[in-house]
Amino acid sequence: MYPRSFHYHRAGSLEEAVSMLGQLGEGAKFLAGGQSLIPLLKLRFANPEHLVDLNFIPGTSFIKEDSGALHFGAMTRHAEIEHSALARKIPVLHDCAAGIADVQVRNRGTIGGSLAEADPSGDWTNALITLDTIVHCLGPSGARTIQLRDFIKDAYTTALAHDELVTEVEVKIPPQGSGGAYLAFKRSAPVYPSASAAVQLTLAGDVCQDAAIALGCVGLTAIRATEAETALRGNSLSDKTIATAAEAARAAADPQTDMRGSAEYKRQLVVALVKRAIQIAVRRARGEQVEGAHLYA
Amino acid sequence: MPETATVEKIAVKININVNGKLYARQVEPRMLLVEFLREACDLTGTHVGCDTTYCGACTVLMNGLAVKSCTMFAVQADGSEITTVEGLEKDGKLHPIQKAFGDSYGLQCGYCTPGLMLSTHQLLSGNPEPSEKEIRKAIAGNTCRCTGYMNIFKAIELAGRNMKGA
Ligand SMILES: Cc1cc2nc3c(=O)[nH]c(=O)nc-3n(C[C@H](O)[C@H](O)[C@H](O)COP(=O)(O)OP(=O)(O)OC[C@H]3O[C@@H](n4cnc5c(N)ncnc54)[C@H](O)[C@@H]3O)c2cc1C
Ligand code: FES
Ligand code: FES
Repeated sequence: MYPRSFHYHRAGSLEEAVSMLGQLGEGAKFLAGGQSLIPLLKLRFANPEHLVDLNFIPGTSFIKEDSGALHFGAMTRHAEIEHSALARKIPVLHDCAAGIADVQVRNRGTIGGSLAEADPSGDWTNALITLDTIVHCLGPSGARTIQLRDFIKDAYTTALAHDELVTEVEVKIPPQGSGGAYLAFKRSAPVYPSASAAVQLTLAGDVCQDAAIALGCVGLTAIRATEAETALRGNSLSDKTIATAAEAARAAADPQTDMRGSAEYKRQLVVALVKRAIQIAVRRARGEQVEGAHLYA
Repeated sequence: MPETATVEKIAVKININVNGKLYARQVEPRMLLVEFLREACDLTGTHVGCDTTYCGACTVLMNGLAVKSCTMFAVQADGSEITTVEGLEKDGKLHPIQKAFGDSYGLQCGYCTPGLMLSTHQLLSGNPEPSEKEIRKAIAGNTCRCTGYMNIFKAIELAGRNMKGA
């Protein structure tokens, strides 16, 4: 399968990429890992006249810690995050990166491309929305930062202008006593999940001080399950409390029946994933090491 | 197809090192890496199965990392080193991975095998003694319609042992 013919441009710097896109106009698009865009081009769902390749820009792939936050260059591949010891400081990030698609897709796909794509079934947005995440952008009039919750506008829609780039993703390291988990259920490795859940909890002894719960693939964007959060906050995390929260998450989910499962099946998945993610988050908040990534069928 | 004049205007000159040999070619930007390998380099060992980034039959190594060559443009591999199944054999001797797939009956029709061997290559380069779980994760992006995978797991374990001993 061949995409429509297009002109290829290789940007040497982020600034050049932005100005190229501005000059080339509406018919131009950025190309990052290509793991969302190239399949769309091959199916001719997208037919840009120009592609501006970001892959040859030096210094856009990095993971570093600075002022209590982890910083990821936009072109950092999922696999680089999966294998990074530093990224494990926030276990949700490793959970997320290690479970996206398969080895080959993770070797190419980027965190910046994932956020820019805003696929409602994508993993990064859902995992990062429970954390304090800031998206760094660069446009023709300069740089700006946007909170992730304001960055994602709708399915496949972000706050980015046409010629604006994601340059960096900044994730604040949660405080001591905080633990998180990200779980997604997939039918096989190289497919998007049927449902996913991200949980971040802060404990004081046995009592849950703060909770963030997000659901993926069951709405047009990641859904914050606020009532589920309320069910946990201020309570000790007994099985009963956890079950109440999971039921509240079921009610918050708004899934569609499709090839990944019926709406009812996905609601059921949400209940199971939220329960399990809370249990892992609690153990991690207490300092336990728990391996837990996406689950395959 | 665009007019020939347009194709020439948008064509890009690239240099890709495939299996240790430099291929300098003028290509249309939309040419996929797998088509470049099969048609411009005449290396037909890399297969196209699904053409939709699912099956992994088109897997090659780019600078040592497994990628699906149906989901990359050849222009993006400019300046890089690509290894295809044809590059595994050295001086007429099969690579330990190739030998192990044969010895363990890790293939039947063989359509998936080039891709599987290159995913195996990335795995074993960093980890010659993978657990079954690690093997499963490493080849989760490669579909085999024939074997049921059990002999493939055996082949990968055997290849790891042989490579470590070598
Ligand atoms: C078989 C398969 C299975 C997959 N399964 C999953 C999965 O389970 N979970 C998951 O999360 N993802 C999955 N993906 C998608 C994968 O994670 C993609 O890599 C990701 O969604 C997009 O990142 P990319 O770097 O490949 O972006 P590209 O495909 O290159 O670009 C995507 C879009 O974002 C724009 N863009 C890219 N980078 C930037 C930037 N820095 N600034 C502004 N705009 C930009 C592009 O113009 C394009 O419109 C899967 C992909 C495949 C092929
Ligand atoms: S042909 Fe490339 S993944 Fe199937
Ligand atoms: S041997 Fe036939 S598809 Fe794997």
